[in-house]
Amino acid sequence: MEFAPIFTIAAKEFHDRMRNRWVLAVALVFTVFSLVIAYFGGAQQGTVGFRSIEFTIASLVSLVIYLIPLIALLLGFDAIVGERERGSLDLLLALPITRLELLLGKYLGLAVALTVSTVAGFGLVAVLLFKHMSGAGLYHYAGFMLSSVLLGLAFLSLAVLLSVLARDRTRASGLAIATWFFFVLVFDLLVLGLLVATGGQFAGDAFAWLLLLNPADVFRILNVFSLEDVRTLYGLASVVPTSLGSPAIMGGVMLLWIAVPLILANWRFKP
Amino acid sequence: MASISPASDNMAISLRGVSKHYGALHAVDGVDLAIPRGEIFGIIGHNGAGKSTLFKMMLGLVPATQGEILVGGASVTGRHFRAARRHLGYLPENVVLYDNLDGLETLQFFAKLKHAPMAQCATILDRVGLTHAGKRPVREYSKGMRQRLGFAQALLGTPQVLFLDEPTNGLDPQAIRDFYATLRDLQSEGVTVIITSHILAELQQRVDRLAILAAGRVQAVGSVEALRQQTRMPLTFEIEMIASDVPAALQALAPLATLAPESIPTGLRLQCPREQKMAVLAALTSLGDRVRDIKLLEPSLEDVFFGFSA
Repeated sequence: MEFAPIFTIAAKEFHDRMRNRWVLAVALVFTVFSLVIAYFGGAQQGTVGFRSIEFTIASLVSLVIYLIPLIALLLGFDAIVGERERGSLDLLLALPITRLELLLGKYLGLAVALTVSTVAGFGLVAVLLFKHMSGAGLYHYAGFMLSSVLLGLAFLSLAVLLSVLARDRTRASGLAIATWFFFVLVFDLLVLGLLVATGGQFAGDAFAWLLLLNPADVFRILNVFSLEDVRTLYGLASVVPTSLGSPAIMGGVMLLWIAVPLILANWRFKP
Repeated sequence: MASISPASDNMAISLRGVSKHYGALHAVDGVDLAIPRGEIFGIIGHNGAGKSTLFKMMLGLVPATQGEILVGGASVTGRHFRAARRHLGYLPENVVLYDNLDGLETLQFFAKLKHAPMAQCATILDRVGLTHAGKRPVREYSKGMRQRLGFAQALLGTPQVLFLDEPTNGLDPQAIRDFYATLRDLQSEGVTVIITSHILAELQQRVDRLAILAAGRVQAVGSVEALRQQTRMPLTFEIEMIASDVPAALQALAPLATLAPESIPTGLRLQCPREQKMAVLAALTSLGDRVRDIKLLEPSLEDVFFGFSA
């Protein structure tokens, strides 16, 4: 494997997303949503205005869990199948580069675009809220940003896998939406259904391990466990064993969610 | 890896017993081809005849089910594929390049991936007549300009072999002329060109040799003239004369085994085997000035193609 072609392809992908203002638009979406949540997140409880960074993070987690997977899937579904449909995939693969280099270049370029917009969007909020934050608050917020980036990268990896598997762009976009529905809306219901259907026999640790099969849940666990005050806000926190509470283990699981789809994508990648 | 015989050293491309099977479908079936360096070689065939699969195998995009493929004396899929591919240029059929980049950026992107010198980009852009549009985004390009940019991309580096799939799609007649003039220049520099086109009349005058592909097999290989000889297709005479002279002409031609004489508004049309050409001409000369003009039509590449692929 050579790195030069990976960087060349990554640079092109990133510049594309800068040039068409994708990075700017997504960063703005993150900033605006987080500010709205920070100031009006407690409106249902009858209060308006900034409360605490813990509450803000807890609200942001439930926003990000919907938004970031969707954005990442929409960003990545086109990566390979788009080239295939344009006829440029054969051209790229006839160059002195390998399929893996093309795949990694595409992924890296899109990953940088997603990371820059996530960090810029939420980072701007951190700057604006700086005077409200304690040292611990900043630490948690940094953890939230890092886990958001990892969540995005995991779903981007899934998107690239779909892009390799799908025969055309239409199917790829359908698969991307289906993937979003499954992991963000359906998966937790299925797990809950399983829990109820088995009359609780399946509960406990075994149930909790199932959550690792969904990067969105991994993200939730990561953030919920980093916030002592907030654990109680989520019913989930009470069923998750503390062995899963280690940020290092959850971070590792997230890295697996980034690596495994890419490995599968490289395995299934045919011209 | 089989050793390379001395004969294949002069070959830009050599295929031996190359097949590609997708289950029961034999997309390419036992193809042998030897294309010497510096030749402009055409591949023609119906859609689905196996042209694209053959191209993809020669470029190393799909592995052959069996057989050996050498491009420039080396395998394009082996350990040294990078070195081998640096000397290939490829223009896929109907390729759409990146709308967001401008012409020059497009070439720079491919130049980097191909390890071609950056300074070459402007020169090549000029060679295909796109210097004026180099700073415009590709989304504003006409179909012909996009095709020329695709061709420019294939010329990056020092290609020894060019694979051009329907390269003149969308080009106007002047651009087609310029395109083939560039190919001749490249040929004089020793570049080998493999080209496909649906427009057979266009290839007819411009390729050194060609292969006719049907059902995954090579039906015939040779120069257009050699293929004409092989098909033993008749020549066509169109003889211009007034209608009242036609019976006399038919009488003069009667001893010859002429085929299918028919009246046409300008006189008479008939076909004859190639070897009777001079005899027919002699018979017509005997008619003196009753024959006002003679047109001799060779079978076109299209006729030859249908002769082989039917």
